[in-house]
Amino acid sequence: MKANAPSLVASFGQARNGPGLLFMLPAAAFLLCFLAYPLGVGTWLGFTDTRIGRAGVFIGLENYQSLWNDSVFWLSVFNTILYTVAASALKFALGLWLALILNENLPLKSFFRAIVLLPWVVPTVLSAIAFWWIYDSQFSVISWVLMRLGLIDAPINFLGDATNARASVIAANVWRGIPFVAISLLAGLQTIPPSLQEAASLDGATSWQRFRHVTLPMLSPIIAVVMTFSVLFTFTDFQLIYVLTKGGPVNATHLMATLSFQRGIPGGQLGEGAAIAVAMTPFLLAAILFSFFGLQRRRWQQGGAD
Amino acid sequence: MASVDIVDVRKSFGAVGIIKGVDVEIGDGEFVILVGPSGCGKSTLLRMIAGLENITSGEIRIGERVVNHLPPKDRDIAMVFQNYALYPHMTVADNMAFSLKLRGAGRDEIAGKLKPAAEILGLTHLLDRYPRQLSGGQRQRVAMGRAIVRDPQVFLFDEPLSNLDAKLRVSMRTEIKELHQRLKTTTVYVTHDQIEAMTMADKIVVMHDGMVEQIGAPLDLYDRPANVFVAGFIGSPAMNMLKGRINPSDAMRFVTEKGGVELPLAAPAPDSARDRDLIYGVRPEHFHQSAHGLPARVVVVEPTGSETQVVIEVGGEELVCVFRERIFARPGDGMSLEIVAAATHLFDAATGARLS
Ligand SMILES: Nc1ncnc2c1ncn2[C@@H]1O[C@H](COP(=O)(O)OP(=O)(O)OP(=O)(O)O)[C@@H](O)[C@H]1O
Ligand SMILES: [Mg+2]
Repeated sequence: MKANAPSLVASFGQARNGPGLLFMLPAAAFLLCFLAYPLGVGTWLGFTDTRIGRAGVFIGLENYQSLWNDSVFWLSVFNTILYTVAASALKFALGLWLALILNENLPLKSFFRAIVLLPWVVPTVLSAIAFWWIYDSQFSVISWVLMRLGLIDAPINFLGDATNARASVIAANVWRGIPFVAISLLAGLQTIPPSLQEAASLDGATSWQRFRHVTLPMLSPIIAVVMTFSVLFTFTDFQLIYVLTKGGPVNATHLMATLSFQRGIPGGQLGEGAAIAVAMTPFLLAAILFSFFGLQRRRWQQGGAD
Repeated sequence: MASVDIVDVRKSFGAVGIIKGVDVEIGDGEFVILVGPSGCGKSTLLRMIAGLENITSGEIRIGERVVNHLPPKDRDIAMVFQNYALYPHMTVADNMAFSLKLRGAGRDEIAGKLKPAAEILGLTHLLDRYPRQLSGGQRQRVAMGRAIVRDPQVFLFDEPLSNLDAKLRVSMRTEIKELHQRLKTTTVYVTHDQIEAMTMADKIVVMHDGMVEQIGAPLDLYDRPANVFVAGFIGSPAMNMLKGRINPSDAMRFVTEKGGVELPLAAPAPDSARDRDLIYGVRPEHFHQSAHGLPARVVVVEPTGSETQVVIEVGGEELVCVFRERIFARPGDGMSLEIVAAATHLFDAATGARLS
């Protein structure tokens, strides 16, 4: 034993990757503590009947079986998908549109670019509270303006009605998410050499054709990255909903993340909450797989540069 | 096909004037070459014709139609960019066919135009590649191909052969010339290559610092340059230029400032040329060896095979001569040279203008 130890140390030091592994240790420890451990514990909790204040026992798939028959859970799945798809599509469309506008030679260009970033730098909770006021059933500024204009007679019940509430939280999420999409796509647009647009216009392309045949295909790698992130952020969104509706009315805006929190912490059913959170992983994995294929270098990007 | 008229066109970027009043008339079917030092505004002028750069003042007409405010897509112009500007996400074939597709051409029509163009340019085996997978010269040929599959009113070429090797350049030069003879499409072509300019052009426009120095047929520019700039710019090796004055007692002779050497003139100098600082120009090939010529001393001998380039020293000035025959002199040797008087040039030193 004793003779072995120094030689082990020596061979470790001599191995080509020895020092490299050593340098990776802090990062690995960090990842283990703050990523792998919570993930592992969360997954484990999903298989137990832990409650707050009471350590649970392993109960196998029981949590998942009860979720399978739980209509509120399925409603939250539907809500999450609706929320993610609608908000991401809107963020993409509006973000691309904004990016295209900001890419033109506007006066005060940098000023507008800074303005667009605003929704993103405001803390989510703060903007959620602002939206809470905007959507207030009595003091909503939107209702007030529309009533002043004579378009409606009574204040809109933004957060009290299922459809309205869904539309409202989606709108708030879109407002918050647009800057990320717009600024990233703007960065992508600026990597497209202007001479390509010039060549296309000489080739007889209208501005729509230039967009369709030159801008969009060249932007597609960036679109894949940005939209993957946007989908992941939206799917796991929690703060906006929690401040605005807490999942109501009648669970109409409950997302999987908010339901998981509600069952787990205020409801005390840690095991069940964890199971809901774990149930999000197949969807997230699908998004990641999608991005993995979407992000693969396209054939035209391969091969040497100059 | 169309003529292109450029009338007093100016262009400034901000306060900086780049094109300072250019007038060029390009006849229908003409092949015009723009030459000039780097940064003199050739590409800018080309881009203004294409509509990619707006015109600060003046007028550009294509086939009698003023196009100052016509967008590029409506000008029916094909351009080969100095940096190729190939679409990176399209194969070579798609790059070349893009304009045809936009026009709504059918598969057969596209194939029918693509094939001969690819053959001329030697691109047939590269049609499925993407621009990133091509060498610089191949990309340049694709850019050429993208222009020639169309049948535009005007071709604009911005140094289309600059990245090709010498052999390919010669054969492409011939191809472009043949193409032009077949299609008779009005062409404006920018190049830094003297031989391209001399051999391909119907008309050469010499630009300098945003202005046109001279417009004319290649040999006219060569034989009768309008000023010192054109004289020095056209021709390689460049014309020898010597400062000096007219001999006060003999209007047929020029006296150099440095060594007081007397050189012959093509014609008696006009009275206006007397008592002024002048520049005497003689091309390297207009020297002969002769028993009773100027005494010169050999500085460098550079045989190129077909000819011999010799740097000589006459009265303290170094001159370049080119001889068709082989010269076996050594540096330091004496040489006796005669100048072909009829081929000499005289310019005003102050204005640079030619004195006939
Ligand atoms: N967008 C621009 N803004 C400001 N100056 C410009 C712009 N484009 C070109 N210039 C200037 O205009 C001048 C002419 O440029 P241009 O590209 O026409 O030169 P060129 O004759 O084509 O040169 P080369 O032979 O090197 O290609 C240059 O001095 C250049 O710096
Ligand atoms: Mg140029």
